[in-house]
Amino acid sequence: MSASAVSYQPVPGSKKDDAILVVDGIRRAFGGLVAVNVDHVEVPRNKITALIGPNGAGKTTFFNLLTGFDAPDSGTSMFNGRRLDGMAAHKVARLGMVRTFQLTKALSRMSVIENMRLGAAHQKGENIFRGLFAPMWRAQEAEITARAEELLARFNLAHMRDELAGGLSGGQRKLLEMARALMVEPEMVMLDEPMAGVNPALKQSLLEHIKGLRNEGRTVLFVEHDMDMVREISDWIIVMAEGVVIAEGTSDDIGSNQAVIDAYLGAHHDSDLGGS
Amino acid sequence: MKWDLILSNSFYTAISANAVAYILVASGLNVHFGYTGLLNFGQAGFAAIGAYSLSIPISRYDWPWPLAMLLVVVASVVLALLLGIPTLRLRADYLAIVTIAVAEIIRLFMNSVRFTWLTGGNDGLQGFTRFMENINPFPDDGITLWAQKVDGYRLWLLVTGWILVALVSTGIWALMRSPWGRVLKSIREDEDAARSLGKNVFAYKMQSLIIGGFVGALGGMWLVLDKQSSQPQDFSTTFTFFAYTIIILGGIARAKGPVIGTMIFLFVIQFVDITLQQATRTTPTDPTPLLPEWIVDENNFSQVRFIVAGLALAVLVIVRPQGIFGDKREQAFDVR
Repeated sequence: MSASAVSYQPVPGSKKDDAILVVDGIRRAFGGLVAVNVDHVEVPRNKITALIGPNGAGKTTFFNLLTGFDAPDSGTSMFNGRRLDGMAAHKVARLGMVRTFQLTKALSRMSVIENMRLGAAHQKGENIFRGLFAPMWRAQEAEITARAEELLARFNLAHMRDELAGGLSGGQRKLLEMARALMVEPEMVMLDEPMAGVNPALKQSLLEHIKGLRNEGRTVLFVEHDMDMVREISDWIIVMAEGVVIAEGTSDDIGSNQAVIDAYLGAHHDSDLGGS
Repeated sequence: MKWDLILSNSFYTAISANAVAYILVASGLNVHFGYTGLLNFGQAGFAAIGAYSLSIPISRYDWPWPLAMLLVVVASVVLALLLGIPTLRLRADYLAIVTIAVAEIIRLFMNSVRFTWLTGGNDGLQGFTRFMENINPFPDDGITLWAQKVDGYRLWLLVTGWILVALVSTGIWALMRSPWGRVLKSIREDEDAARSLGKNVFAYKMQSLIIGGFVGALGGMWLVLDKQSSQPQDFSTTFTFFAYTIIILGGIARAKGPVIGTMIFLFVIQFVDITLQQATRTTPTDPTPLLPEWIVDENNFSQVRFIVAGLALAVLVIVRPQGIFGDKREQAFDVR
């Protein structure tokens, strides 16, 4: 009902006919520990791809490498045909690849609507000289505010518009962070554990929001531990363990993959992997 | 006790050209610390650069004053770049260490015997205020505000200084309500979040450092114009900490915070000081002071003003942690 049909080879590094992100030989070591060592991965366009793996598998590090928050020791990553590796984080975001964080980064002492407005790209008033003269940015500010209010309504945050973001609950902050990322109008959204610490009722609405992103034509790559959720919304799953991609496939492929079961059993005996 | 003298002198201190200097220095720091979250512990260094960029060229090399003022602008921008380029990509603590060190280097340089030919060393520099005196429209004997006599030059500095304060405060206010200011505040809250939304955090921090540093340099300039002498001991780290005290008093990240903070800070200090001065005074005709000598005598009262100012600040932090104009709600979420 949710996953759109895909037919890629369920092997690590499989080719996708329309990949938005192509990663080649990305390696990152911290001292002697090789945190990430990914040979080849392609992320399909306009699909929801999950990145899973036991704790310490290098998922967040991989995210950081892709989004410019960390630089790889070697290797390349291409987003829409442009080299990303070594690019500063803000430039990656401007190219249309926007991330959220595992530990939510709501801007506490700014109001919810200001958090949202901040997200908008190409703001005239963000230049110091134009910023000084309100008439130069006021019209654009009104457009941005209208768009922000629409998104807040969609994410059920409209009633919190003028509250400080620090006053939101944990789940509301997750929603705010996702909505704020959408203000950038990204082609690809990278969500780092969007469900962590979110109550079940809110989880369901977050799921719908993530599916909504795909329906508007965006690509989603997300890190998640909650396997029920991964199974429910992802079109494709990439599994990492000890810094390496050990499996790829649909949720059915992954559930029966021996390498995945071994990786999880090594680290977490009680994980529900789903599948058969 | 001559209360009219005590009060009029305290009020005058709170609005004098000296107060203007404190307001400007604190306003610059407010841009750094209050809005951007930059831990600048060397604001006194920017003030010193402003002071000496004006006084050295005029006293030593007879530069015309507009050129010296241009040097104030250039020198403060250069100092901000020097401080910012190596440290702003690193975490906040590095800026703190580097700024406090550089401010001390500047002060020690101005104080050094080796460079007395340039900076005047411990004696400082004088004779650079003639341009302000020449365009002073007020009569030399000035006016009397209540019981306080103000000479023409100080009155002229007071009036022009407050015009400058109005311009600077309005400018900061206008910038901070703009999308530019919003990016600064987002950096204060969480710079990684700002980065993830496509904001060039380094460039904004640099701009903030330059703007606040320039405003601080204007403050230093006004300080020495008022004293008619630039001396290195005026730019010790204490000056930076007074500026922090002022912005905490007035309310952090509020455009009028430094103005109100300075007025309260200087009023309290001056009021305590001259009240104690009067209360411990002995004259040949009246050898018993108002306050018994075992509490405080005329030789040690001058330290008491800072004790009282410290106590006042402690009380304020307890009863009104957000400062006079701060937003109470923000206190709840201060998780830095």
